[in-house]
Amino acid sequence: MLRLLWLVPAIPFASALTLATMRLPRKAVAWIATCSIAASSVISLLVSIQFLTNPPSTGACIQVLWKWFDVDGLRPEIALYLDPLSIIMMVVVAFVSFLIHLYATEFMRGDDGYGRFFAYMNLFVACMLTLVLANNLLLLYLGWEGVGLCSYLLIGFWYRDAENGRAGRKAFIVTRVGDTAMVIGLFLLFRQLGTLNIQELMRRAASEWHAGSVVATAAALLLLGGAVGKSAQLPLQTWLPDAMAGPTPVSALIHAATMVTAGVYLIARLHVLYALAPQAQFAVIVVGAATLLMGGLSALTQHDLKRVLAYSTISQVGYMFLALGVGAWPAAIFHFMTHAFFKALLFLGAGIVIESLNGEHDIFHMGGLRKPLPVAFWTFLVAGCSLAGLPLITAGAFSKGWILWGAYSAANGSVWLWASALAGVFLTSLYTFRMIFLVFFGEQRTQVAHRPGHAMHIPCIILAFLSIAGGYIKSPFAHFLSPVLSWSPGAMQGVSFSETVSEGITALIFLLGLYSAYIFFLRRRDYAAALASSSTGRVLHRFWFSDWAMDWLYDRLFVRPVVWAAKTGKDDAIDGFYTGVARLNELTWRGMSRTQSGRLRWYVAGIAAGSIVLIAVVMFL
Amino acid sequence: MTAVPMADGLILGAALFALGLAGLLLRRNLLFLLISIEIMLNGAGVAFVTAGSRWGRPDGQVMFLFILAAAAAEVAVGLALLLRFYHRRQTLDADSLNRMRG
Repeated sequence: MLRLLWLVPAIPFASALTLATMRLPRKAVAWIATCSIAASSVISLLVSIQFLTNPPSTGACIQVLWKWFDVDGLRPEIALYLDPLSIIMMVVVAFVSFLIHLYATEFMRGDDGYGRFFAYMNLFVACMLTLVLANNLLLLYLGWEGVGLCSYLLIGFWYRDAENGRAGRKAFIVTRVGDTAMVIGLFLLFRQLGTLNIQELMRRAASEWHAGSVVATAAALLLLGGAVGKSAQLPLQTWLPDAMAGPTPVSALIHAATMVTAGVYLIARLHVLYALAPQAQFAVIVVGAATLLMGGLSALTQHDLKRVLAYSTISQVGYMFLALGVGAWPAAIFHFMTHAFFKALLFLGAGIVIESLNGEHDIFHMGGLRKPLPVAFWTFLVAGCSLAGLPLITAGAFSKGWILWGAYSAANGSVWLWASALAGVFLTSLYTFRMIFLVFFGEQRTQVAHRPGHAMHIPCIILAFLSIAGGYIKSPFAHFLSPVLSWSPGAMQGVSFSETVSEGITALIFLLGLYSAYIFFLRRRDYAAALASSSTGRVLHRFWFSDWAMDWLYDRLFVRPVVWAAKTGKDDAIDGFYTGVARLNELTWRGMSRTQSGRLRWYVAGIAAGSIVLIAVVMFL
Repeated sequence: MTAVPMADGLILGAALFALGLAGLLLRRNLLFLLISIEIMLNGAGVAFVTAGSRWGRPDGQVMFLFILAAAAAEVAVGLALLLRFYHRRQTLDADSLNRMRG
């Protein structure tokens, strides 16, 4: 069964190729696209069951397909590596992608680019599975860039609107900044350690580099740059909110299963390297903690339903980075899993809401959708509770509680990190229920035009089940992951309290957020309005609404200077030379075209004169 | 029978060629252009025959036969084109054929 592993990325890839090259009827497209991902997830499940019942003695299994190339000591193989970490990533990615594809078959039914859409989606999943299963960093990088390409294609999917194309380009360019750092990191690793095979690399790094060495820190920081770009963390998070320009299933795919979690996976995969570089790991903590707070505050002010969810993703991935930074590795992966479930569900629910209101995105124009869209309401509520962390029931509470406990008690944890994560819990709860109250409660403002069908409901219901049940597997999950990623509480400084106390406080903070949202956005809307219109409130609102003015800053710092340089450099000497060449050509053309008078006797005279000249030259020279 | 001096033959050939060329350059009627081309070809033919007789070899006459064949083919095609042209334009003016200019 393990021999079938290569089929997991290969089937979606083959299906993407089929859909891209053939013109098929819509039904066939939907079947091929969805069944390929379904087959991929079934095979990944079978492989995992085989792995669980009959674990390989080395703790991992490697499938070498062929040697990629062999240049001067660099011999990357197309090889897949399966261990508990990649199993979890693979199964979650494949399964959540399958549900999103199923949903998309109905969501995209009226679209002209049906085949194109599913070709991109399948390619997206294939690239992500390659990334997750790669045995060496070069193959991982191939998947990494493939994911970037597909995100560009899908964000700009409705390319007739120039704004969507701009959003796609922005996503591509901003993540490229991180990817450049990452590829330099790969060069550094290869130059210093002579291999890109991940396991070999980690072994050599651990034996050749001592903790805190400059090279290790530099490599870890460069790879962190790549992770930050892909996972939309500070300071490269600006692409993600604009990425909402794509169709909703794409947002679900980018946020839940693929793309943004790639950075988390990269750091978890290379955790040995980060353990060798405490400064880099500290940078991970700072990035995570800052991003989770900034994302939460920005989410609080957005009007667009999808943008709220986008900032919430930024904030939740910030939690994962925080967990990675403090050294609570399994907590990050666990949160990745639960986040994949509930965030996919939130986007699918948002898609239903937006479609049923004929493309209305503004949550202040929604309201009272509880009655007309019951399935969407209940599943969205479950996902929202999971996101905010309704204690004891939802999966999100378990994973987030674990991260909070890790932030306090793990090797690099501290009570301050715990407190900032706790502030994040309050923000999450507040913006989540703000969204839920505004969209589903209160009076109905827009008439529901359209009700979704089964293909859109079933994925929501399955994901809602997983958003709850996913939390109960915490301890088998930790046990399963322990050969690869384990952690133990380190020495706690200052105040000491137990995990139960931490969870209790988290639950209280969650309720506080829920209650505040209830007061501000359901009972007394005027309070919220008054708060937002006070002078500081207005400034903060604008600041947070514009994502901490980061776009403005980057526009001033990078975009405008480049545009300015391009404009001023347009007419310089070198350009003059090339313009001159073009002018000369044009002049010659005009002269020559005049000789083509179309008069036969002129041509004869020309031929005769030419012959005379030639004969004269031959005779007299 | 005395051989014609080579210079005379060549002068005759050159004169025919020049006359043909002058006709080609100066006339506008397509029919006369074709006739001028025939004259030029015959000028070249005379030069070949003269040269052949000067060295006593048959090559010059062989070349003249080739020229005759080529001229016959050319006239056949040329006259056919000319007829088509006349049908279409009701004129044989070569200067009206300038629709492909510049």
